[in-house]
Amino acid sequence: MGYPHKSHPKETVVLSQYFGDAEARTYKGWVKRGGYEALSQALKMDPVAVTDVVKESGLRGRGGAGFPTGLKWSFMPKEKKKPHYLCVNADESEPGTFKDREIMRWTPHALLEGSAIAAHAIRADVAYIYIRGEFTEPWTIMERALAEANEAGVFGGIKVYLHRGAGAYICGEETALMNSIEGKRGNPRIKPPFPAAAGLFGMPTTINNVETLSAVPHIIKRGAAWYKGLCLSNPKSTGTKLFSVCGNVQRPGNYEVTMGFPLKDLIYDMCGGPPAGRALKACIPGGSSVPILTREETESCLLDYEGVVAKGSMLGSGGVIVFDETTDMVYQIMRLAKFYAHESCAQCTQCREGTAWTTKIMERILAGQGKSKDLDLLLDLSENMTGKTICVLSDSCAAPIVSGIKKFRAEFEAYLAGQRQPVGGA
Amino acid sequence: MADGMVNLTVDGTPVTVPAGTLVIEAAKQAGVLVPHYCYHPGLPVAGVCRMCLVEIEKAPKLQIACATTVTEGMVVKTQTPPAKDARQGVLEFLLINHPLDCPICDQAGECELQDFVFQEGQRGTRYGEYAKRFNPVEDFGPDVLYVPNRCILCTRCVRFMEDVAQEPVLNVSERGDRAFIGIHPEARLDHPWAGNVVDLCPVGSLLSKDFLHKARAWELDKTASICTGCSQGCNITFDTRDEVVVRVRPRPNLDVNRYFICDHGRNHYKWLNRGDRIEAPLVRRDGELKAVDWDEALERVVRILRGASGKAVALVSPGASSEALAAAKRVLSGFDWRGAFQVVMGEEAPLAGVPNLALRAERAPNARGAENLGYTRDYTQALEVAKTAAVVLVLDDSDCAVETNGALIYLGTVLGEHAACRRADVVLPIANVAEEEGTFTNRDGRDQRYSQAKPAPGMAQSAAWILNQLAATLGMAEATR
Repeated sequence: MGYPHKSHPKETVVLSQYFGDAEARTYKGWVKRGGYEALSQALKMDPVAVTDVVKESGLRGRGGAGFPTGLKWSFMPKEKKKPHYLCVNADESEPGTFKDREIMRWTPHALLEGSAIAAHAIRADVAYIYIRGEFTEPWTIMERALAEANEAGVFGGIKVYLHRGAGAYICGEETALMNSIEGKRGNPRIKPPFPAAAGLFGMPTTINNVETLSAVPHIIKRGAAWYKGLCLSNPKSTGTKLFSVCGNVQRPGNYEVTMGFPLKDLIYDMCGGPPAGRALKACIPGGSSVPILTREETESCLLDYEGVVAKGSMLGSGGVIVFDETTDMVYQIMRLAKFYAHESCAQCTQCREGTAWTTKIMERILAGQGKSKDLDLLLDLSENMTGKTICVLSDSCAAPIVSGIKKFRAEFEAYLAGQRQPVGGA
Repeated sequence: MADGMVNLTVDGTPVTVPAGTLVIEAAKQAGVLVPHYCYHPGLPVAGVCRMCLVEIEKAPKLQIACATTVTEGMVVKTQTPPAKDARQGVLEFLLINHPLDCPICDQAGECELQDFVFQEGQRGTRYGEYAKRFNPVEDFGPDVLYVPNRCILCTRCVRFMEDVAQEPVLNVSERGDRAFIGIHPEARLDHPWAGNVVDLCPVGSLLSKDFLHKARAWELDKTASICTGCSQGCNITFDTRDEVVVRVRPRPNLDVNRYFICDHGRNHYKWLNRGDRIEAPLVRRDGELKAVDWDEALERVVRILRGASGKAVALVSPGASSEALAAAKRVLSGFDWRGAFQVVMGEEAPLAGVPNLALRAERAPNARGAENLGYTRDYTQALEVAKTAAVVLVLDDSDCAVETNGALIYLGTVLGEHAACRRADVVLPIANVAEEEGTFTNRDGRDQRYSQAKPAPGMAQSAAWILNQLAATLGMAEATR
């Protein structure tokens, strides 16, 4: 298969520098490449100083919300009265996203190093890395890397544990993840209290994404100014970001670009665009939970937090799903809704019932049995599912439906008018 | 502003509540009931039904009243279009899989889903074409059935078992719209306090087998009473249909039983409906007990008491009211009297999550009251003294193994075929706890009143009335206090 591909000249290779380099997976190989220098440097610094560097760098959460990382760390209590915890969210399950998997597969020590630095910065004694249950290969690699790092004693007093998920998408939600580590059902918690006040086991906790933490050693080593300089558009979005591109492109995969990079260049130059002879139709820029972009929006979109928002969507996790003109958007949206209906934790009424109901309506439209009022019904239900629940799973189910109907209404109407061959359920 | 108090307005009504109060509780003080399902003041907050979404000025989106604490100057609005729409949305989602089988559902009439849909739901359904979710009824435990089709997953039952009973045998199983309340495969819902899940269930999903199809909610009269199951003194409600007690439910009292009662107390009501009651006063004439009217019966007792002297013994039930016990004492005050009671003992069963709440080993509601009035627990000795006493008065103790050469006066509800009290000179029919009003003193010394839920059968009267009549006739009434 030849994967991973060689990096494209337009990429800015920081996190992905050693993707494909098997030796970098080992402790020795990692040290040879300058690994763990940042950690020993950070351990000599005051935790506040480490946080300040990260704050200054402009690093923002890569898991989807884009919250400034240094600021998040600074929410931890100044005075440590209770144990502090670090949780590392490696439960990457957002459809269309597969960047954290590659980080763990190829550079497990980058994650361990970043985690230890973060733990030091927030004065945590324990870090839990919560790895998606289906990630068998990354799990094995992480286990080996952790054993090596422990043997080398690089973490100082910080204890790092791996915790394997059991296959629920919702456990990627930060408070559900904490419940899961505690051995409870992975249900999101009501906020407040926020994790910095009462998180894992009720103690002050910070939770960060794999990609976020993997960037930290680079920032410590090369300085905040360097990282801040990695910016092509809005100065509020700095550094590099891995984009997982899938769908109708010729060279799918992970691509690392500087913030503010044009989405068009990512799709056409790096990924080779849609298969020969087909035109781009739409794109989901940040994992399945964000609104869909049309071709025009896609081709004028800049990949940073503000740039994607300007087009009416979100940067999210950086999972880019590309659809070409042969794609049945109605079917794709049904498939997304079905995913959320399957994964809803069942706590909130709107989500439990709404995700399933909207899926049923989508299926009936596809089966050629839709009714003229179905689109209004879908929009109304989506409204009832948005902004009213504990977590955003319900909103995530509604987002593609709302944007899909808004932007590709003609395709829905074709089904409703019986002008399209009915499609069976997935 | 008083220290630690917070001012806010709810739907325009200003209220002042202690800091830390939840918006949903503050609203109650303003006279506003924010519709809700998962919230219950006796359980940890879950915030999952999303029914209590309200508008709070300056908040970017609707907030759930059950998990939001009040802040100074907060302006809460429950009747704005966004809040109403949100509630209507939740009700619609709850109803798409809820069977409209209210005509055969025990909860109908006291169902929170019915009430709030009636109050603000939609006229019709937009779900139409689909079959509703269907799962079979499950037998959860000795008295609890689970009807999953009606379940709205509010998780009150799960939280009760987990946090209050602290025996987590229930959970939410599966995910999404396939979710249901699951029970541990090797467990039964047989905790001594498990029956509370039936009361907590806002819909007809958890049902009492005992109450199953017994009555419709609107046929019931409700009377405040005190449980006679043990010495805890839990506050209860007797639900009566016509003149029959058909159900016992907890009545909130934060100092005694919070919102709960145990299963022993819950099931301890059938004796109140016994059909073999004494319905007329009986006096011994020509060696046989004959039915007479009250005047004659009381006159006979007065004659016995006036004609006797020396020792008198009262053998009483610790389930008799304090009023009756005090009057009995007055009636015998001219004698060298002693009073005693015996307490049936059982197993203690605490409710782990609530301090000082348990089914007490002492299965007697008024032992403390009897003690306060000078009755002792030395029942054996009292029986011994009774043999030679001039007068023995047995109060509401039908199984009393009394033997005496003196006069025997029995006040009771029933008279067993082989009961020692069959040898009584006078038998006076009394009301049971559901048929009179009175006071019990619980184990902590708390005096609690109970009210009359149904009429006493035949000519039966409350023991307190009978004994006070006698005391008055004997000139030992109120004045001797």
